[in-house]
Amino acid sequence: MVFLFYMLSAIMIISALLIVFNRNPINNVIFLIVCFIAMAGHYILLNAQFLAVVHIIVYTGAIMVLFLFVIMLLNLNKAIIPHKSRATRILAVITGGIFFLVLLAATRQTIEIHPRYPFTSDIGLVKEVGQTLFHEFLLPFEMSSALFIAAMVGAIMFGKKDV
Amino acid sequence: MDWTLLIYKTLFLFLILLITLLVAMYSTYGERKVAAFMQDRRGPNRAGPFGLLQPLADGLKMFMKEEIIPLTANRYLFILGPSIAMTTALLTGVVIPWGATITIGGREFPMQIADLNIGILYVFAMVSIGVYGIMIGGWASNNKYALYGAIRAASQMISYELAMGMSIVALVLTTGSLSLHEIVEQQHGMHWNIFYQPLGFLIFLICAFAETNRAPFDLPECETELIGGYHTEYSSMKLGFYLFAEYINMFISSAVIATLYFGGYNMPFIDDIGLSANIVTILGTIFFFLKIFGFIFLFMWIRWTLPRFRYDQLMNLGWKGLIPLSIFNILATGIYYYFTELK
Repeated sequence: MVFLFYMLSAIMIISALLIVFNRNPINNVIFLIVCFIAMAGHYILLNAQFLAVVHIIVYTGAIMVLFLFVIMLLNLNKAIIPHKSRATRILAVITGGIFFLVLLAATRQTIEIHPRYPFTSDIGLVKEVGQTLFHEFLLPFEMSSALFIAAMVGAIMFGKKDV
Repeated sequence: MDWTLLIYKTLFLFLILLITLLVAMYSTYGERKVAAFMQDRRGPNRAGPFGLLQPLADGLKMFMKEEIIPLTANRYLFILGPSIAMTTALLTGVVIPWGATITIGGREFPMQIADLNIGILYVFAMVSIGVYGIMIGGWASNNKYALYGAIRAASQMISYELAMGMSIVALVLTTGSLSLHEIVEQQHGMHWNIFYQPLGFLIFLICAFAETNRAPFDLPECETELIGGYHTEYSSMKLGFYLFAEYINMFISSAVIATLYFGGYNMPFIDDIGLSANIVTILGTIFFFLKIFGFIFLFMWIRWTLPRFRYDQLMNLGWKGLIPLSIFNILATGIYYYFTELK
């Protein structure tokens, strides 16, 4: 188990770094997919099979396909990197450095937080997720579905020339 | 660790792999024979008796052909494409219950590799990863026809996955379980889900045709418009992998349809004959395979009967026909169970 954890983590971190450092958008998308699959592996290690599979279906199977789709259609074979002036670059370095300092300061003073709900091994199974969603969080769940409908209608409005 | 079970599972895994490949191999032969029968021809009859060695000859030909990778293609992705298609096609068979349990010396050996409690969703996940094989292969070829094929495949699969998923939701409402083993066990004694979910079955079947890129929905490789579609630039065994993956997908989706809607390894009147449990299991597995072969025949029958859809017809059917119908199906099932029995 521990070996699997480290292996998955290594795959995830390496592919995440490759997403950032690779210049070819198609390769970026593929590494992101690898990253997502490794993440699903982590869910399975936590015994959250439902979450793992839904993660793969939704993110890997639908959203990333759309990403790939758009990149293929636009034929972004090589990333177009606009030329930046020296002043912008220096400013970017300074901003990044300050952000890094903030992160460092934040992580230095962390204390271990004990979770309000203790970890149970069946927390990510279908039954538990369903019970939680439809009992405890019914209203937010329904509200978010209304939000999705609104987003879909909005997308159709954008897509149509004359409604 | 339970070594007996581990060894058994490993052996069973290889057995299923072999059977899958064998069935896929002879599906190519079956397809040509069915096509020949429909068109009043003889079909392959030169290699071996009744042309039975034809798939071997075809396989050998695929291996011996020169392998060409186009100069302008993206080499790694070009190889990655067929590999993904083949791998995901083979991975799906893991959750299918091929039979009940066999008892040897007081130990029970289930004829299923992994009984996940999210079995159906696992199949979906694998199918949705399978799209990448076609998309990446089509794009990496650097050919406009291949790219068209890839884009068609992606949009077709995403569109039909929705309706397929919703037909499954209605099925899950009736069974109350996502585990394929449990769904099959519930259908014991002719309580096949087809009688409870006829509309859902129809939607699922149509979507299965679209998901496996079979005619009348084989637009990603539509020869008259796109030469060969996403595998235009492929040659040798890489092309073989794509074609083979399609036949494996056909086999697996037939198995899934038989499992979900036609009782899996259950057969009628089995309780009345009075045979020992092991023989019943073996008979059940044989019966399951008969059902699968029936569906494979249906796939071929439809391919050689119906003409191909036009692309806009395909999208209209998916979005305006099947999705509203499947939503209606969920609604009707939900209302029925709300008023009759609260499962």
